[in-house]
Amino acid sequence: MDNVADKVASATPPSIAHRVKGLSDRAIAWIFVAPTIFILLAINIFPLIWTVYLSFTNYAVNRPNREVKFIGLRNYERILGDADTWATMQATAHFLIWTIVLQVLIGFTLAYLINKKFKGNDLWTTIIVFPMMLSPAVVGNFWTFLYQPQIGLFNYVISFVTGADPSSFSMIGDIALAPWAIVIVDTWMWTPFVMLICLAGLRSIPDSIYEAAECDRASKWRQFWTITIPMVLPFLMLAVLFRGIENFKMFDLVVQLTGGGPGNLTTLTSIDLKREAFEKWRTGFASAYAVILFVTVFGLASIYVKALNRVKQR
Amino acid sequence: MSNFFNDLLRLRRGAWEMVASILIALGVIMLMQPFVLTLFTYSFIVTLVGTVMFIIVSHFPE
Repeated sequence: MDNVADKVASATPPSIAHRVKGLSDRAIAWIFVAPTIFILLAINIFPLIWTVYLSFTNYAVNRPNREVKFIGLRNYERILGDADTWATMQATAHFLIWTIVLQVLIGFTLAYLINKKFKGNDLWTTIIVFPMMLSPAVVGNFWTFLYQPQIGLFNYVISFVTGADPSSFSMIGDIALAPWAIVIVDTWMWTPFVMLICLAGLRSIPDSIYEAAECDRASKWRQFWTITIPMVLPFLMLAVLFRGIENFKMFDLVVQLTGGGPGNLTTLTSIDLKREAFEKWRTGFASAYAVILFVTVFGLASIYVKALNRVKQR
Repeated sequence: MSNFFNDLLRLRRGAWEMVASILIALGVIMLMQPFVLTLFTYSFIVTLVGTVMFIIVSHFPE
């Protein structure tokens, strides 16, 4: 009986078979891989190199006839000496750190609870995962209603808990509260994602390990710190990597929610970059900005992936 | 500690990756800290040096 390779060979039209005949396996492999490499070069590598080139020029995309001058490191000097850009980086750091901390803590706790067998387990999982299924634009839009001082449900809940007047504070208008408003919404939306990854980690731990620990009379607390946490850690680190990269380039949710305000208080780097590139049309400047962000994310991801591999090898 | 410096002199990957990682982390902290503008100004060059170093030293022998 013919094997699959023979069947494929006999089904190949003679004209194609004639052309392919005589090519080495390596050449055929290159023929298959070449389109992918070409697409990668065209849509990933070339734009990257072009952005680096533009970052050294005064190019403005809305002035195609203006002479493009090489201005050296001036764009980088302007960005890295600008107090507004510095404030934007701080706003991004605040958003990034707090969203990750809260999402990991709440996500892991939810996963730990959901992992226990109880009635309605699947229903609760579906309900918790629901926010993640919504579009960020929709979430941003309806949270602006929830945050309304006069009619917002969020303000009423806070006033019910604290006794404060609901119209006495505005989450997206107050300079002290606005950075927390975007943290709360992102945490509400993306905690289920972290929960799902942690749940996968928790369910991958064999029961036999806990049974062995029970035999050794290890307490629940000790089992948690010496079995559960070390075995879920690679999954947790992956969740942090995904959320970290996603939140570093957060745009739609925050634009819809606060528009970067009040003032520039919730203007994250991606929003600032978009304004420089497509509102002020300073393409060279925006390219330098993008290069700085790229190097930062690339560097962080490199050390993070290395740490992740080390944890996996343990 | 002396092992670490020996590994650096013998161009071993682990030690050099550690140096590169510290530079990257330092650069990112300098970029996002809210205290001194000068640190922000020099953050990119520190991160860039760390990142390029990380790419190079990851090809060193173990």
